[in-house]
Amino acid sequence: MSNNIEFSEEQSMLLDSAREFAKSQSSIDLVRARLDDDRGLPISVWTAMTELGWAGIVIPEEHGGLGLGFNHLVPIVECMGRQLMASPLIWSAITAHALRLAGTAEQKSQCLPALAAGAIGTMGLMETGGSWDLSAPTCAAKFAGDQLVLTGTKVFVEDANIADYIIVSVLLEGQSRLVLIEAASVDAAALNREVIIDETRRSFRLTLDGIQVPKSNLLLALDLNEIELAAMLLLSAEMAGSHASTLDLIVEYLKTRKQFDRYIGSYQALKHPTVDILIGLEASRSHVYYAATGFDVGTSNDRQLAVRMAKAVASEGCAFAGDRAIQFHGGFGFTFECDAQLYLRRALWGQHQFGDEAHQRTLLAPLMLEETD
Amino acid sequence: MSVTQHELDEFRQDVSAWLTENNPGDPGFLLPESFMEVGTDKQFEYLRTWQQKVYEAGYLGMAWPEAYGGGGKPQVFQDIVTQEMAQQRVPFMTNTIGLNWAGPLILQRGSEAEKNKYIKGILNAEDIWAQGFSEPDHGSDLGNAQTKAVRDGDDYVINGSKIWTSLGSYAKYMILLARTSTDGPNKYAGLSFFLAPMQAEGITPQPIKKLTSEFGFCQTYFDNARIPANCLMGAEGEGWPIAMATLMFERGNVGGQAGGMAIMDVNVNDVLELARRSKRNGKPALDDPLIRDQMVQLMIEAKSNGLMNQRSKIPALASDYQGAVPMSGKLRGTELKRRFCQFAINLQGADGARFVSNEAVDGGKWQRLYFNSFSATIGGGTSQIQANIIGERVLGLPKS
Repeated sequence: MSNNIEFSEEQSMLLDSAREFAKSQSSIDLVRARLDDDRGLPISVWTAMTELGWAGIVIPEEHGGLGLGFNHLVPIVECMGRQLMASPLIWSAITAHALRLAGTAEQKSQCLPALAAGAIGTMGLMETGGSWDLSAPTCAAKFAGDQLVLTGTKVFVEDANIADYIIVSVLLEGQSRLVLIEAASVDAAALNREVIIDETRRSFRLTLDGIQVPKSNLLLALDLNEIELAAMLLLSAEMAGSHASTLDLIVEYLKTRKQFDRYIGSYQALKHPTVDILIGLEASRSHVYYAATGFDVGTSNDRQLAVRMAKAVASEGCAFAGDRAIQFHGGFGFTFECDAQLYLRRALWGQHQFGDEAHQRTLLAPLMLEETD
Repeated sequence: MSVTQHELDEFRQDVSAWLTENNPGDPGFLLPESFMEVGTDKQFEYLRTWQQKVYEAGYLGMAWPEAYGGGGKPQVFQDIVTQEMAQQRVPFMTNTIGLNWAGPLILQRGSEAEKNKYIKGILNAEDIWAQGFSEPDHGSDLGNAQTKAVRDGDDYVINGSKIWTSLGSYAKYMILLARTSTDGPNKYAGLSFFLAPMQAEGITPQPIKKLTSEFGFCQTYFDNARIPANCLMGAEGEGWPIAMATLMFERGNVGGQAGGMAIMDVNVNDVLELARRSKRNGKPALDDPLIRDQMVQLMIEAKSNGLMNQRSKIPALASDYQGAVPMSGKLRGTELKRRFCQFAINLQGADGARFVSNEAVDGGKWQRLYFNSFSATIGGGTSQIQANIIGERVLGLPKS
């Protein structure tokens, strides 16, 4: 594997404009003000993002998108992460990705233009019990005439309350398959907001019992690993973003807070771990942009290696930064009022979605340690 | 001068073929791991001969000006040579202090006379260079150097001592940081920089036995040693900025080095290779989930270092906390090496307790590597000092 990282003028412009956009639309005060809101993001901001074309980045041009790769989405998601933005962009993009890979012609022409125009998509892949193994869902689908009858419960379905499309994984005739649900057909009682560690997000439990969809809503067979990798790439990018702002928060406090007549940043006990956080951030961003570079063009094996490494490095680094952010703020860090908790909560969410660093290393081991020739 | 990819590819093939043909191979005795570990005359002569051969073939100092003995070519040619050398694992260049620190420094800010006098001898290994920065009582606190240089007619008279002078027994010249004044607004103001001869009365390099029981470093004593006044580089009192410029070359923060490797290349893949053939408690080490996890962790870290260097070359992705990647290079690289050498010993079960001997795994290579790895986590500014520097200069944190 090479160390190739590519970053075009176009990506660079996206990075700049996304950074400006996220800064202006998602100040930390705004993030706090929306914690109790049903929507993580005002609809006007989502509309503005859609108008910039971001909702259609990975959607082919023939379906109304920009026809670009995940490498163009990553800089935007990183910038959103910096500002703790809770936007449906990530899961809408992954939903579009699933449809692009495994949607029928009809599903594509129905959903992709809508998603590019700002319809919101999300996916239900996880189930109760906390397992990261997505390959064997216990939720099920059965044919009943021209309908598919769904059973079971999905958890950690983000933004399901505002979604137009929800794609869930189910077991159908012994195979793990994806089914498209039009959210309008879901009874409100089937959706229950979950209490999660990251209060900037909206996550739901989705009860499938009682839901039926036309047979034509079944997607073609797809290895869910591809969806998992896309989700991990974007989560890692988002974590690299919040890792950076966690570092900014720490540095600012270390430069201005005095104890015993000295700025606390002059103490090596605080300075050295902060340098570790900086180096961790440099590593994390490097892995993220490396994984992004090869994501749409590399082999499946390369993608697996690059994305899992990125997820491992991002999870570990971001969680460490959040943890130290609390400690270095002293008594203030122990309060809800201190922003450090927002970052730590973000980090812990990201770390535990789709496998923490230990899980990633376990899966990387056979890929990295066995002799290849 | 523009170079085509085709030319570069052809050049790489030529270099590769030359190295294969001229690799001096196994000398029949244990070679040092780096220029800092050259402890016997046999080792020194073997390595000096190799450097001469490489220079004569035109593969060293390729990007240095022709007028002083360099090759006058674009840097990319030298980079290809260095990459191929690493690839083929040929011995390192023993005159590293001259090639990578003193040489680029002289080219950057030396006088015409200094360039004419020193550069060629650095390249062809005629003139070995040592460094006289650290002192016994002021390890990482270079600015506090107390070795004195007092002007007396056409000479400076030097008194004091320097420690960790690699190649001290073989060196003809030393880059020397000494105090010409104790007045001045701060400790840095009185420092001056010399390109000093080593063969002068009153200069005694005394070899130091290292924790590995080998030699390689000296403590160099100056006892009323007289060196010509024209050895002063720049003006009196300019020693600190010149020493800092030297450290930028030493730490690889800026380019301009003559090329070649300074150490025997050992990387995380060598540890993986060891892990694959190691047993713990009679079972393959790589069957142990904890060993697997640690091995993968080290490999990811090594990958991180490579990727960071790559990303830092992309301006749009290197704009936050400028300098973080290059400034942390030494810290990251040396600490990783120390830890993977430690891990390599952990792989060996009870044999981890052996040292250099026939009974030891790989002849005790890993134990020696681990011990010697501290020279890089301590020398050139300890890891802890590096963390201070990064914290203060990159993050803007208050001074410790």
